[in-house]
Amino acid sequence: MTQTPAEGAGTSPPVVQLQGVSLAYGRTEALRDITLDIPAGVMAGLIGPDGVGKSSLLSLVAGARRMQDGQLRVLEGDMRKRSHRSRSCPRIAYMPQGLGRNLYATLSVFENVDFFGRLFGHDRAEREARIDELLRATGLAPFRDRPAGKLSGGMKQKLGLCCALIHDPDLLILDEPTTGVDPLSRRQFWDLIDVIRARRPGMSVIVATAYMEEAARFDWLCAMHDGRVLATGTPQALLERTGEADLDGAFIALLPEALRGAHHAVTIPPREGDEAGYAIEAEHLTMRFGDFTAVEDVSFRIPKGEIFGFLGSNGCGKTTTMKMLTGLLDPSEGRAELFGEPLEAGDLTTRRRIGYMSQAFSLYRELTVRQNLELHGKLYALPPEEIPARVEEMLQRFDLQSVGDSYPHGLPLGIRQRMSLATAMIHAPDILILDEPTSGVDPVARDHFWQILSDLSRGDGVTIFISTHFMNEAERCDRISLMHAGRVLVSDTPEGIRQGAGAETLEEAFIGHLTTASGADPAPQDASEALPLHAARGGAQRHFSLRRMFSYARREALELARDRIRAAMAVLGSVLLMFVVGYGINMDVEDLTFAVLDRDNTVTSRDYVQQIAGSRYFLQQPDLTSYADMDQRMRTGEISLAIEVPPGFAADLERGRDVAVAAWIDGAMPMRAETVSGYVQGIHAWYLQEKAREVYGDAAVASAFDLEMRYRYNPDMRSLSAMVPAVIPLLLMLIPAMLAALSVVREKEMGSIVNLYVTPVTRLEFILGKQLPYVIVAMLNYLVLVVAAITVFGVPISGSFATLTLAALLFTLASTGFGLVMSSFMRSQIAAIFATALLTMIPSVQYSGMIDPVSSLEGGGAVIAQVFPASYFVTIARGVFAKALDLTSLGPDVLALAVIGPAMILLSTLLLRKQEK
Amino acid sequence: MRLANVWNLGIKELRGLLRDPILLILIVYSFSLSIYTSAKAMPETLNKAAIAIVDEDGSQLSARIAGAFYPPYFTAPNMISTAEMDARMDAGLETFALTIPADFQRDLLAGRQPVIQLNVDATRMTQAFTGTGYVQSIVTYEVNEFLSRHRDAPQMTADLVLRARFNPNLSQSWFGAISDVITSITMLGIVLTGAALIREREYGTVEHLLVMPVTATEIMVAKIWSMGAVVLLASALAIWVVVEGLLAVPIPGSLPLFIFGTALQLYAITALGIFLATVAGSMPQFGLLLVLVFLPMQVLSGTMTPRESMPEVIQTIMLAAPNTHFAILAQAILFRGAGLSVVWPQLLALAGIGTGLFAFALVRFRAFLR
Repeated sequence: MTQTPAEGAGTSPPVVQLQGVSLAYGRTEALRDITLDIPAGVMAGLIGPDGVGKSSLLSLVAGARRMQDGQLRVLEGDMRKRSHRSRSCPRIAYMPQGLGRNLYATLSVFENVDFFGRLFGHDRAEREARIDELLRATGLAPFRDRPAGKLSGGMKQKLGLCCALIHDPDLLILDEPTTGVDPLSRRQFWDLIDVIRARRPGMSVIVATAYMEEAARFDWLCAMHDGRVLATGTPQALLERTGEADLDGAFIALLPEALRGAHHAVTIPPREGDEAGYAIEAEHLTMRFGDFTAVEDVSFRIPKGEIFGFLGSNGCGKTTTMKMLTGLLDPSEGRAELFGEPLEAGDLTTRRRIGYMSQAFSLYRELTVRQNLELHGKLYALPPEEIPARVEEMLQRFDLQSVGDSYPHGLPLGIRQRMSLATAMIHAPDILILDEPTSGVDPVARDHFWQILSDLSRGDGVTIFISTHFMNEAERCDRISLMHAGRVLVSDTPEGIRQGAGAETLEEAFIGHLTTASGADPAPQDASEALPLHAARGGAQRHFSLRRMFSYARREALELARDRIRAAMAVLGSVLLMFVVGYGINMDVEDLTFAVLDRDNTVTSRDYVQQIAGSRYFLQQPDLTSYADMDQRMRTGEISLAIEVPPGFAADLERGRDVAVAAWIDGAMPMRAETVSGYVQGIHAWYLQEKAREVYGDAAVASAFDLEMRYRYNPDMRSLSAMVPAVIPLLLMLIPAMLAALSVVREKEMGSIVNLYVTPVTRLEFILGKQLPYVIVAMLNYLVLVVAAITVFGVPISGSFATLTLAALLFTLASTGFGLVMSSFMRSQIAAIFATALLTMIPSVQYSGMIDPVSSLEGGGAVIAQVFPASYFVTIARGVFAKALDLTSLGPDVLALAVIGPAMILLSTLLLRKQEK
Repeated sequence: MRLANVWNLGIKELRGLLRDPILLILIVYSFSLSIYTSAKAMPETLNKAAIAIVDEDGSQLSARIAGAFYPPYFTAPNMISTAEMDARMDAGLETFALTIPADFQRDLLAGRQPVIQLNVDATRMTQAFTGTGYVQSIVTYEVNEFLSRHRDAPQMTADLVLRARFNPNLSQSWFGAISDVITSITMLGIVLTGAALIREREYGTVEHLLVMPVTATEIMVAKIWSMGAVVLLASALAIWVVVEGLLAVPIPGSLPLFIFGTALQLYAITALGIFLATVAGSMPQFGLLLVLVFLPMQVLSGTMTPRESMPEVIQTIMLAAPNTHFAILAQAILFRGAGLSVVWPQLLALAGIGTGLFAFALVRFRAFLR
């Protein structure tokens, strides 16, 4: 760093104090009994290989992870105490590892910063002023309205920094902020930090980094290894102590003997240029996605066995070019040849000659290292008997024996990258295409990695096509190409490029090329602009802040609004479903098929059958010939009723002798069978009455009494009138619950949940904020459904609309709350979707009283109905629609909803953690 | 298509599933407790129908009528006053209210044809339908019994002997259990393939597969066989242990034939899951799409209400959905003991729909991978 504001380092108390801190994930120990003081007011760096516990340490300091053993004091307070954490988190800013991991991809640059500003309780004017300043200072102002997901890696990191700085923290924690960022953006990033520190001299910064040249500029360093601290001090002190010239060397010297022994400087013997022919030839490759040209007219030839480096800023088209060479993408124009054969997407034989390692880790998290290797061996069709030996060879060559049976998820990045390379090499390809294989990998591991590449190239004659952001790696390549905005700027040997640009180092040569090409000023614009010095921290201490809640609500609403398909499905889908279910669930059973076995075959018997056939409920099928025939036809489901008229039916009936008609009903579907039986009995009785009237006259059939039926609420017994009010609860349960079900678990999977951990937002504010937009969508849904019920289905509301609306509001609180409970509890989106579908659909169809009244349910179903909100809302909806009721008679049901909704919210709040475990 | 690739990729899918314990618990739950609970909850035809009686007569006969309603068909009747009746029915406390007027017995014996009034809460469709018939015949029986001791009248007699086949007691739980099995099969088939595919894309692992000598067909077939096998195993166990064992539903048909039908159903459903995943851009969209597709398919398949009573158009449209054929097949085999000679059209239809969906999904899947 250019400034040296460290004069206060010795006098003020340390910003972070660790006392015997240990942390373990299951059986893996991340931190072992660390005791360390990090000085305040300086730029402190954590250096060390991957997986030594740097990230774990930073997440503990930020308060994102729950403490296990030991004492941790940050900003002069105990981080175990919740009160201190909530007091100090507005003073801490934390940028987790990974490009834009705590940002929201669909939100614009401005909206992202604005979201954090709201969380920290700034008012509108102050927020806008600060965001303006920050965006201008970081050079992001022109991209104010671009979605964060579409920014390049470097811009994402700058945006992350804006979000972190919005509340003027006293402690800034950056976890590998420049990993995967190109040299130009990296330089701009550090210049920006310098400017900010100059404005706020009291601010402490803690950075974890894998770039030693960056660490060399920090005020204070802590070298870590294997969960322990190796050494602390200024970079100068570390160099003096080890007697090395640079930090890379110093770090290696600090390592324990056993590890250091394996390391030696990478030497790549010169390539023997006698091999003829090219491994890769690309001519005029162009790739367009819609209007956007990702790669434009790129040509190059790579001889066999060469190490060819590919450099360029993030998003310049390197990855797209590599994908075209692997056959993942078909170029829009131009052609590529591998070993003289044209490359076609989908050609499986050329794929066997290529080993590809993509930028993002893309091996299977659910398989162990060994299983991943075995799977790849099998997919590349290695002979089965050779696979075990080959897998062992790879494990050994890439130093993976000790982790062979571990799952990749818990492994440090460097080891995972080695594992990716091992899988890319399993089939001994002729060409290796490696997309930023060393991003985030520590120097020791990187040297190790390059030694392997060197052996492969020089020893095995493998052609290597590699992209990187590390200059010392670029210098090791035989030739390099620099890309920018889809075009190749320059292509030569590293030395040739340096000399061509007249620069001292390769890095400067590159930055020069990039600056010329992009026309950008390498220094941040308006660096002199003052950043505000005092933070507004109003509201941070309060227990519940509406502003923070609305901040999350706004964010969630923006995301929903951006996803038009989802919003449309949510509102229009429910109307569609109302049609389907309203017309589909029909209790009016008609057109039942029946057939007759008429053994009497007289006028009377045919008359009897005619009574049944004549009703609108039954459709007569060809007569039955025998019991066997009846059996067969019932079994196929062709007939649902069989009638047998006995011989002598007419005669017996006439003489008043006992006679019995037999009816067989298909009982496979009990509800239908009940209806059939009711119909048949009715027709039978009516027939007898008519017969009696014929024989004895009217007087004889006059019944002793009348049973007068009054079908209340639904006089015509229309299925639709009963179903439509019950469908509204069903749909208001399913869709809002599904909308809310992914909201939390998705943040868990994507990583942005860390914002809950480290900002002042409380769990209740978080849950309510997430819920609010979905409640609004659900209420919109409700209105649409009610209008559809009245106009399209012709089912009027006879009772109190206000009561129904109040109940609907309480009900949507409960249904979205149910989705949030699932979302807070589950760890994967798949499980959340499945659990929500399973646990809303079955109860709301079967236990809500939609078809069978709740009072007649048995066992577990009856219990579920008591707590499941839909059963109350079905009663209310039917009451208001059909029975002309209002709050006075529906009070208890509305009250039940008023209890269940908040209970769901409380439960999801309790299931959520404010710190990672 | 290389079978070895299909096999190896499928094994990978299974290993992945094993690593998600909550998902495994949910699968087990959906095929055991969920089915058991809902089958047990289903009322047996008319069960505990709530009835109230307004007895303004207070005679021997009215007491006999009131005494004729008892569990399990009805709840023991609540004796209420006329004034209470409306409020109680509004609140949904009773489905039926029977009013026996003052002097009912006297008028009856005098041949004055008195009127008994039965109020039915017609919003409770099933119970209202079947219950009315029961109330009617109980009252008529009691009145006739009473009268037969007081006078003689000529009667036309012919019995109607009703027998329900395949499910003699018309036990709802038999039917409910099977339709729940179908629900679980369908839901899981879609979620396991579809959601898993979206997750792979979000993690970038699908793309990685494509640089290897593996075709889209192989990836898709691997997903179908592995997830299909899981659901098939679970559903076979569900039928065998839960339905036939715990719920004691007699199954006259051939289980292997049913399992074969289930396999075909899963072929179609898992292909549908992949298709939906290619349509949905993200997991949240997939969740909604699942509801929008699954609910109609299940509601209109004929497992909830008879197909005959749906509008003709819907019946025809629903022939394109695999669930419709699977529901017919399941009912035929599991209840009616039908064999291959009966269900072959459904098997053929499932195979046809499955192949159609598979081809369609494959085309979309190839485009999805670009």
